Amino acid sequence: MSRTPLDTVEHAAETPDVELPWAELGLKKDEYERVVEILGRRPTGAELAMYSVMWSEHCSYKSSKVHLKQFGEKAPQSDALLVGIGENAGVVDVGQGYAVTFKVESHNHPSYVEPYQGAATGVGGIVRDIIAMGARPVAVVDPLRFGAADHPDTKRVLPGVVAGIGGYGNCLGLPNIGGEVVFDACYQGNPLVNAGAIGVMRHEDIHLAKASGAGNKVILYGARTGGDGIGGASILASETFDDAKPSKRPAVQVGDPFQEKLLIECTLEAFAEKLVVGIQDLGAAGLSCATSELASNGSGGMRVTLDDVPLRDSTLSPEEILMSESQERMCAVVEPEKVDRFLEICDKWDVIATVIGEVTDGDRLEIYWHGGKIVDVDPRTVAHDGPVYERPYARPSWQDALQADDANKLPRPATSDELKDQVLKLVGSPNQASKSWITSQYDHFVQGNTVLAQPEDSGMIRIDEESGLGVAIATDGNGRYTKLDPYHGAQLALAEAYRNVATTGAKPLAVSDCLNFGSPEDPAVMWQFAEAIRGLADACQQLGTPVTGGNVSLYNQTGEAAIHPTPVVAVLGVIDDVARRTPVAFQEEGQLLYLLGETREEFGGSAWSQVVHDHLGGLPPQVDLERERLLGEILISASRDGMIDSAHDLSDGGLVQAVVESALLGGKGARLVVPDGLDAFTFLLSESAGRAIVAIPRSEEVRFNDMCGARGLPVTRIGVVDGDAVEVQGEFTLTLAELRTAHEGTIPALLA
Amino acid sequence: MTARIGVVTFPGSLDDRDTQRAIKLAGAEPVALWHKDKDLKQVDAVVLPGGFSYGDYLRTGAISRFSPVMETVIEQAKSGMPVLGICNGFQILTEAHLLPGGMLGNDHLHFICRDQKLRVENADTAWTVDYESGQEIHVPLKNMDGRYVADERTLDMLEAEGRVAFRYVDFNPNGSLRDIAGITNEAGNVVGLMPHPEHAVEPLIGSGRTDGLPFFTSILKKLVNA
Repeated sequence: MSRTPLDTVEHAAETPDVELPWAELGLKKDEYERVVEILGRRPTGAELAMYSVMWSEHCSYKSSKVHLKQFGEKAPQSDALLVGIGENAGVVDVGQGYAVTFKVESHNHPSYVEPYQGAATGVGGIVRDIIAMGARPVAVVDPLRFGAADHPDTKRVLPGVVAGIGGYGNCLGLPNIGGEVVFDACYQGNPLVNAGAIGVMRHEDIHLAKASGAGNKVILYGARTGGDGIGGASILASETFDDAKPSKRPAVQVGDPFQEKLLIECTLEAFAEKLVVGIQDLGAAGLSCATSELASNGSGGMRVTLDDVPLRDSTLSPEEILMSESQERMCAVVEPEKVDRFLEICDKWDVIATVIGEVTDGDRLEIYWHGGKIVDVDPRTVAHDGPVYERPYARPSWQDALQADDANKLPRPATSDELKDQVLKLVGSPNQASKSWITSQYDHFVQGNTVLAQPEDSGMIRIDEESGLGVAIATDGNGRYTKLDPYHGAQLALAEAYRNVATTGAKPLAVSDCLNFGSPEDPAVMWQFAEAIRGLADACQQLGTPVTGGNVSLYNQTGEAAIHPTPVVAVLGVIDDVARRTPVAFQEEGQLLYLLGETREEFGGSAWSQVVHDHLGGLPPQVDLERERLLGEILISASRDGMIDSAHDLSDGGLVQAVVESALLGGKGARLVVPDGLDAFTFLLSESAGRAIVAIPRSEEVRFNDMCGARGLPVTRIGVVDGDAVEVQGEFTLTLAELRTAHEGTIPALLA
Repeated sequence: MTARIGVVTFPGSLDDRDTQRAIKLAGAEPVALWHKDKDLKQVDAVVLPGGFSYGDYLRTGAISRFSPVMETVIEQAKSGMPVLGICNGFQILTEAHLLPGGMLGNDHLHFICRDQKLRVENADTAWTVDYESGQEIHVPLKNMDGRYVADERTLDMLEAEGRVAFRYVDFNPNGSLRDIAGITNEAGNVVGLMPHPEHAVEPLIGSGRTDGLPFFTSILKKLVNA
């Protein structure tokens, strides 16, 4: 029996002509040649594994990097930013010595292949990013997009995704406080499963992913390493689905939330005792990523003995160990004299922990297997010097025709009865309907600090029990708007999330984004991507909310058909005292309803145009960021000074959607009067941005009007909270019972 | 002098801190207990909190029931120490045979999280004296395996002896037999229920109600007056 010799560095140097499967591992020819050039020889199998996975689109951002840098270049001056783009997650100062870290990521492709595990491990991954910053995770949010609600495959994907998110997040003890669920045929073969998390720490507890101090030990802890997810990052995330290829099911990782819960507690205990110099979670690209990033961000090199990695499957090759994406693993750098205590804490929590290497004073990452050196690289070339592509981009030829197909010219309801029917159809349509069948599968009470959770405009968590300090988060993204105009569509996503945070009374501070697009190899998609980033970066600059990090998901495309460009924007805000928060639900009959902002005839990309006419065309609503800022200031002041008892942002579905939601949540109806200068249809269904409705106790009306007048925000009194119906005077009346049946029955009927 | 109430942390416990907060808000002193430690630190009562101890693997509560701490809890409960099991804690109490019956997966097969209406059927237990018998309260419920089951004879016995402590009202969220949400042992010192009273103790937080606080004031009253 012959044995293949171990492919050591020495062996590689001696056998330059050995063919390696670089193409199968996802590298392009010129990328492989660049690896050879960097090393001055052919790579070993293990080195090839590392470069291929770290240089994949998913890990290297090779197509997006040239555009993403705008978030840094245009970053607004912000005193709040403690850690910016480039770390596991951004960190924001929220006052009173607290820092908050948050991030949104995608797990789109795995969730289509295996909905439950794909979505579950998406939660697991984002939560480890938060722990790796030194923070205790306090909440998660899940922005989700699926194909048509009545498509048979949606019934396969959605329940699995929701159960996976719940199964993992609930078991971790993290309240799920926000997110979205959107249906559109464009996501049929490419559902978007984004996951966000928030963590809280004291300023002095911020940790970074770097290995410094020669002699310090590298400890791998958490689950054993198995064969799951091997090549997941390079293969799954970087190729378009194609029916002809074999099933990729085994490439999706399997999660164990119980293990992750232990990992959280044990890591936080180690942080509390100041045992950790640097830390990195193992996500995409597993040990390849963790070792190369820790080493390249630190001051020295690193030596790792791969034989010491605890395995679940003893037959794994060193290449597989380096690429494995087994979940629930972390890597810590610990001073030698603190190693014993660190291992003791892991033992207390029954977490396996092993010293696998140490920081060296060189500048190489060296990895050994069975006594042979199988990796000897400059870690920076693996982690940071990946290829950068200036992909060609061009405004698609169909964009003009799409914008010319004006939704404002669609036939409108001719009679009050027709208007009433369309309103009822709208509030019961899958996108506008109540999502409580989904959100009731998530725990939103655990940890005992949840102030607001979906369907509120933003989720809100108390972070200090004494002072009442809290944070709020909202995620938004309208793919229809962005398809019509990527630059402004991305800005509208930010504007809506910003408005949602302000509506609950919190001051918007910072942004994380998850940019979901089609194939970067299509110039039309690349144009959408470039325009969306330019729009978002400009808007963040104007609103003073820096992007602190996020994630890019490309290749969301089946064949030639790309998804709508879908930048999902998360805005984090702070509120001094959560007792001042403003809920969506109407609180008391007799309170006055005011519309803040201006209503124009804007139906491009609207829910009405989709539900009634199955139409997408024209231009999205105008963006006025100064107006958004002013509206935000008014909502925050009104909340702080106790002038309003409820408020709701106006977005998709327009004013009538917002009124119906506030009425159903509060169990109190409303009588509305169409204001002068507006027709009932436009008043109820236009989606003009920069608007909100508020309910004001009569005693506060004068003070509120004075404040808005002084600051120049147009406001209109539109009615009163009253009765058990939504009545639009002179037009129609819909009882709360009718509305509730339509609004709450849709999703269970489709999916339960 | 106030009462010392222990809260056990098992691996995978989630609502241990929340329960400690609720105990504090009621005016008692919360004491953290660790599953590997048999020592109950001289507490006057013990709460087994909610969560997914040991990941709910094998069967909910089945592994935790064998924790070192449970040896002492079982022994002390039998000699009258008040014990409250919430959700996963209730599951552990049935696995430990301190309470009869057991829990199966929800009949609709989904995790469910909602503000649940309950009726207090027995206001004489160590954990319910601050309620009125028949009082209706709202307390959050969140579980995957909340369907209470027992054989007919046991159910009849529980009913006859007034040991059904809480019943779901208007909506049975998991298919529990006879709408049972919580039960007590014969002596009234051991109580278990699926809903989470510790999530209903502050007006601003969670469900926005304080209907769960009397659990913790009840035990305080009981212990301090004892």
